[in-house]
Amino acid sequence: MRLRAWNLTIERGGRRVIAGLSFEAPEGSALIVTGPNGAGKTSLLRALAGFLPIEAGGFALDDSDEERTVGEQAHHLGHADGVKSALTAGENLAFAAAMLGGDSSRAAQLAALTALGLGHVIDFPARLLSAGQRRRVALARLLVAKRPLWLLDEPTTALDAAAQRAFAAIMRAHVQGGGILVAAAHGALGLDDAQELRLGDIERAQA
Amino acid sequence: MTTGSPSPPTPPPDGEGSASPAPPGRRWREEPDEGRPATAALALFAREWRIARRIGGGASVGVVFFLILVAVMPFALGPDLNLLAKLGPAILWIAALLATLLGLDRLFQADHDDGSLDLLVNGSLPLEVAVLIKCAAHWTASALPLVVLSPLFGLMLAMAPGPLALTAATLAAGTPALTMIGAIGAALTVSLRRGGLLMAVLVLPLTIPVLIFGVAAASAASGGAAPFTAPFLALCALSLAATALAPFAAAAALRHARE
Repeated sequence: MRLRAWNLTIERGGRRVIAGLSFEAPEGSALIVTGPNGAGKTSLLRALAGFLPIEAGGFALDDSDEERTVGEQAHHLGHADGVKSALTAGENLAFAAAMLGGDSSRAAQLAALTALGLGHVIDFPARLLSAGQRRRVALARLLVAKRPLWLLDEPTTALDAAAQRAFAAIMRAHVQGGGILVAAAHGALGLDDAQELRLGDIERAQA
Repeated sequence: MTTGSPSPPTPPPDGEGSASPAPPGRRWREEPDEGRPATAALALFAREWRIARRIGGGASVGVVFFLILVAVMPFALGPDLNLLAKLGPAILWIAALLATLLGLDRLFQADHDDGSLDLLVNGSLPLEVAVLIKCAAHWTASALPLVVLSPLFGLMLAMAPGPLALTAATLAAGTPALTMIGAIGAALTVSLRRGGLLMAVLVLPLTIPVLIFGVAAASAASGGAAPFTAPFLALCALSLAATALAPFAAAAALRHARE
C-alpha cells in the first residue's frame, strides 16, 4: 500500500494554495507536512480526505480496497474535534466506531481512552471536559476504528506533555503496523524517522 | 482507488515492498461484514435521538412552541367557539408547520460546526442515507410528539372529536414532508452563521402544497369544501415523494457547502 499524489493543485477562493505538488508515502511511513500559516497544510489534508475538490492532478492509495474512496479508508482529524457536547465520551466513541466501521464495544472505548490517559472520563458528558481532554477523545477515534491512512491536522493542539508522549507512541505503533500517517504540524510530533513535506516554498520562489 | 485526473504516471519500479514481510495492503482490507451499514444506521439514529432528548437538544422546545402558538390563537381571534372550531385544523397545521421549522435549522449546522459532519461524509453509510436517518430521528423526536399531542391542544380550540382525529391523522401523514423539505433548506444554509431565518424564507413557500392538502383533508369533517380521501392521499404522496427525493438534494447541498 502506498499513498501517492501527482501534480496536485488546489484552489481556495480563487487563490492557488497548492500547485503541482507530488509526493509518495509508502506503507509504514510518516509524512509531516510543514510550512508557514496559510501554506495550504489544512487544504492538502482536507483534499486528501475528499472534502475539497482538486483543480488538477490526483491522488491514490495503491493496493488498497478498490471499493472505497481514499477518504473512506482514512481517519481525518481536523481543527474541529467532532465531539458532541451532549453525549458522554464513551457515547461519542461508540458512534464514531459504528460510523467508521470499527469496534463499538465498551471495552474498545475504554482501551482507547486509557491509551490516552483518559479512561476515567468515559461516562462524563463531553461538555464537562477541557479542551485538551476533548482533543484526546477525538484522538481516541483513531483507535476504536482501524483505518490505514491517518490524516491529522495539528493533532497535538491543546495536549499536555504526557498526552503528547502517549500520542507519539500511538502514532509510532500505527506506522510500525504498516499504516500511513500524514500530519500537519509545526513540531516533530515525536516521530524520528518521519519524512518532511514542506509547503509554501513554491509560492515564495514565484514571488 | 484513484481520484482525479489525468491518469497517473506509472509508479517507479522500486523495491520498497520487500521491506515489510506482509503482503502490502492485505492486512487493511476489511473482512466482509454484512451488518456494518445497519450498525452504523442504528448508531446514527440512537445518537440523534439522544442529543435531541437531552437538555438543549430542542425536541421538547418544539412541543412547547406548538402549545404556545395554539394557546395564543383564542386571544387573537376572540372567544367565539364556533369560529375557533372552524379555524381549528388550520391553526393546528400552521402551528405544526412553524414548530417543525423551528427545530430544523440546526439539523446539519450543529454537525458542521463541531466537525462531526466529516464522520458522516467518510463513514460507512452513503451521505444520502445518513441524511434520511437524521431526518427520521428528527421527525421521531420533534414532529411525532406534535402529532400525538395535537388532539389535546385542539381541545383548547373547541374542536369536536371527529375533526381532532382527522387533524391528527393529516399531521401524521404530512409532517414527514415538512421535515424532508426543511432538511433541504437546512443543508443549503449549513455554513451560514445566522442561517435559520434564511432557511425559513427558503422553505416556507415550498411547504404550501403540504399545507393546502393537509388543511383541506383536516377540514373535511367540519364542513370543509373537499371530501377527506382525495386531499389525504395527495398529502401522503407529497410525503413519500419528499422522503424519496429530499435526501439526494440535501446530500448534494451538504457536499457542495463544505468546499
